[in-house]
Amino acid sequence: MIAKDNFFKVKHLYNRAGFGISYTDLEKLSRKNLEKTVEHLIETSQKDDPIALVNDYESKRQLLAQAGLYSKKDLTDEEKKMRQQIVREQNEVSRDLNIAFVNKMINTDAPLREKMTLFWHGHFACRNNNPFFAQQLNNIQRANALGSFKTLLVEVSKAPAMLQYLNNQQNRKGKPNENFARELMELFTLGRGNYTEQDIKESARSFTGWMYDKDGSFIFRKNLHDDGTKTFFGKIGNFEGEHIIDIILEKPETAQFIAQKVYKFFVNDTPNDAHIKELATTFYNSKYNIAAMMKKMFTSDWFYDPENVGTKIKSPAEFLVGLSREFYVTYNKPQVLIQLQSSLGQYLFNPPNVAGWPGGQSWIDSSSLMLRMRIPSLVLNDGEIDFSGKADPEDEAVIALSRTATSNANANNKPKSYVNANADWPKFLETLPKGLTPLALTEFLLQPKLNTKITSMVSDNKGLRSTAVEITSMPEYQLC
Amino acid sequence: MNRRNFLRNTGFVAAGSLFVPAFMKPLEAMALDELSLYKNLVVVQLSGGNDGLNTVIPYGNDIYYQKRKSIAIKPEEIIKLNDMQGLNPNMAALQEIHDQGWMTIINDVGYPNPDRSHFRSMDIWQTGSDSNQFLSTGWIGRYLDSNCQTCKFPYTAIEVDDSLSLAMKGQTKKGIALKDPAALFRNTNDPFFKSMLQNDKEHLDEDNLGYLYKTMIETSSSASYIQNTSKIYQSKSTYPNSGFANQLKTVSKFISSGLKTRVYYVSLSGFDTHVNQIGQQGNLLKQYSEGMAAFLKDLKSNNKLDDTLVITFSEFGRRVEQNASNGTDHGTANNMFVFGGKLKKQGIFNAAPNLSDLDTGDLKYQLDFRQVYGTILDKWLDVNNADILNKKFNTLDFI
Repeated sequence: MIAKDNFFKVKHLYNRAGFGISYTDLEKLSRKNLEKTVEHLIETSQKDDPIALVNDYESKRQLLAQAGLYSKKDLTDEEKKMRQQIVREQNEVSRDLNIAFVNKMINTDAPLREKMTLFWHGHFACRNNNPFFAQQLNNIQRANALGSFKTLLVEVSKAPAMLQYLNNQQNRKGKPNENFARELMELFTLGRGNYTEQDIKESARSFTGWMYDKDGSFIFRKNLHDDGTKTFFGKIGNFEGEHIIDIILEKPETAQFIAQKVYKFFVNDTPNDAHIKELATTFYNSKYNIAAMMKKMFTSDWFYDPENVGTKIKSPAEFLVGLSREFYVTYNKPQVLIQLQSSLGQYLFNPPNVAGWPGGQSWIDSSSLMLRMRIPSLVLNDGEIDFSGKADPEDEAVIALSRTATSNANANNKPKSYVNANADWPKFLETLPKGLTPLALTEFLLQPKLNTKITSMVSDNKGLRSTAVEITSMPEYQLC
Repeated sequence: MNRRNFLRNTGFVAAGSLFVPAFMKPLEAMALDELSLYKNLVVVQLSGGNDGLNTVIPYGNDIYYQKRKSIAIKPEEIIKLNDMQGLNPNMAALQEIHDQGWMTIINDVGYPNPDRSHFRSMDIWQTGSDSNQFLSTGWIGRYLDSNCQTCKFPYTAIEVDDSLSLAMKGQTKKGIALKDPAALFRNTNDPFFKSMLQNDKEHLDEDNLGYLYKTMIETSSSASYIQNTSKIYQSKSTYPNSGFANQLKTVSKFISSGLKTRVYYVSLSGFDTHVNQIGQQGNLLKQYSEGMAAFLKDLKSNNKLDDTLVITFSEFGRRVEQNASNGTDHGTANNMFVFGGKLKKQGIFNAAPNLSDLDTGDLKYQLDFRQVYGTILDKWLDVNNADILNKKFNTLDFI
């Protein structure tokens, strides 16, 4: 007989630190003591398995071709076709990359690493049309997800995706572009109010010359770097980018800012200052070791307080990944995953802006909630979806090109589409102990505590399969 | 917010009373009937960055013809509005609207330090932020949050679409997205959905679960209200066969059937015309103009035009000089259209774009888009624009 208390704690841990847990694993881990389970969680997430979808060689060839085409003024028809072809290929590969990330989260055996990657994906929010750059940034976030925050920060800052997105490519001696310097402090490290406009100006000068070359590799261009004296947070020197990052990390406000964001992502939308302080101190004292902070969090008693269990609204990614992972879903037309992300308001690799997705209650409005409540029956029962969603602004050029000459191209006589997914029910049912009642299944699938309404809705004469579809369609399933 | 407040703001006493007939007509709504000045705002978004210079064409300026050798519209084809500017020939349907005095064109609307990324600039227009500021709520959403006397219902703002735009999301309140009121009504009357709501008092709390239930209840009540109010209405007007016109037809149905909604949001996309612009933009402008003309005439015939204000924006205009692919690239300031039966200044509101004084090839803005929003908030929606836009913007004299 497993300890019920430990059962719920481990379930909570794996829902927050990962994307859920199978009943079999849950039973197994519930027998260990909790600290051992946390160690096991961190241990199993040591392995870094990067996404290797975008072909390095092919992308470099495209980059070079693109650079050549963009520097020309008058293109021949042949060259125009080539440019369009490259854009089309890149859009296609970008969608494949998105699906690769989602599939990785669904299938990973390093759940904490993937969950942290998702966290950093939102923290270092970035859009880039070039899938090679986007993949590279995603892999940097994965490789350093549990390591040193300093290494992560430096590598992100040097990633072509970010250099381009925040205009550091245009940041040069005598003509500074402050975009990167500002977001580095406002959104990535210190938070608003902990620096002055002067600090931004001086750090922007320090990052001049941080660029990428035609091959898409980081390069420090000395001749474009402003090597004059800078004053940054009262320190004077011939600073270069990494010095600025060091000075920023010396400030405990950085540890505090990251700890707060981690807390809001993993624990509760409403910050608890005392708990955040504990995390920030651990983080700072460990020289910004991310795993150390995470371990501190997962082994703190408050992490398992009732107010922190089953009370967070799942992000669309957590919702879709969790559901697919739980029921071993395969998507025969994975494109639908993109449509769902976009309709639910979290199209991965396409954050609304550099501040990332606001999260919490902003995920939910009438249409997104109605859709969330329908998705389980669509995915698990292969239902029909009559939800077309909006075009992404970045896709407008493609839409403009594909518009036919008729004026009713936009008429709403679109064919209905199916989600076309398969849940592996036999496999799911096999993970459950023999004789599990629908009520016990409900208790397993939902994170919030069951109330009388749910217990009365779940009757013992229903099969496990229909119970599961019903439970995952409830508003309570939106919480973790 | 305390529990009492929360319950009050949902507009019902408790969820249990959800399906009793009295609920269909909440007390507040009846009181509102007595407010005679019930005004509607319709926001039309053209996504992709519409080329304003080939929409309202500065045909009186030679620079236009010099910079747009292969895509300029010939003077003889242009629907001339004054000596300097005229409409794209695909917008013929709007000539009558203009001549009736139902249309105002505001030139050169933009903001400082313009961003040329679709996503970011759309974000700025929808949230009403500065270009270096990131807001997670939209300008209409914050209007809903302000909880003014006429904007406290969950159906105060409706977007005729499958999903809700950021513009419509506030901190505590959000608009509702629906393409088809009957479909939403069916979904919220699904036995499972109803069973989730019935006799559920224990969830009306302030936490996230309470928020989910509150959203469900409001969706369900709005769906009933919208469906029951609008289902009997039959439009006598004919609309062109396009998705955009269908959206406007739905809005007209809502307005004409007396829905107490104040803000409607619709969009038309495909304006990112980098390549072979003439045909593509022409089709879209035709759809836009024909849909809009039908909509305005429909409102007029229902005596609703005087109570309706329509604005049209796009996230940016395009560069003055065309590119090598017979298209245009991302630019900055752009014109906005305003329609309604009670416009103070009709026709062209301000000076045409100055094509000789450019900022590295781009138009300089004359008016901040938040002055336009501010004018609407102050003069049409009766709230103080500083409360919504985070600082006071000077209003303009178009309404």
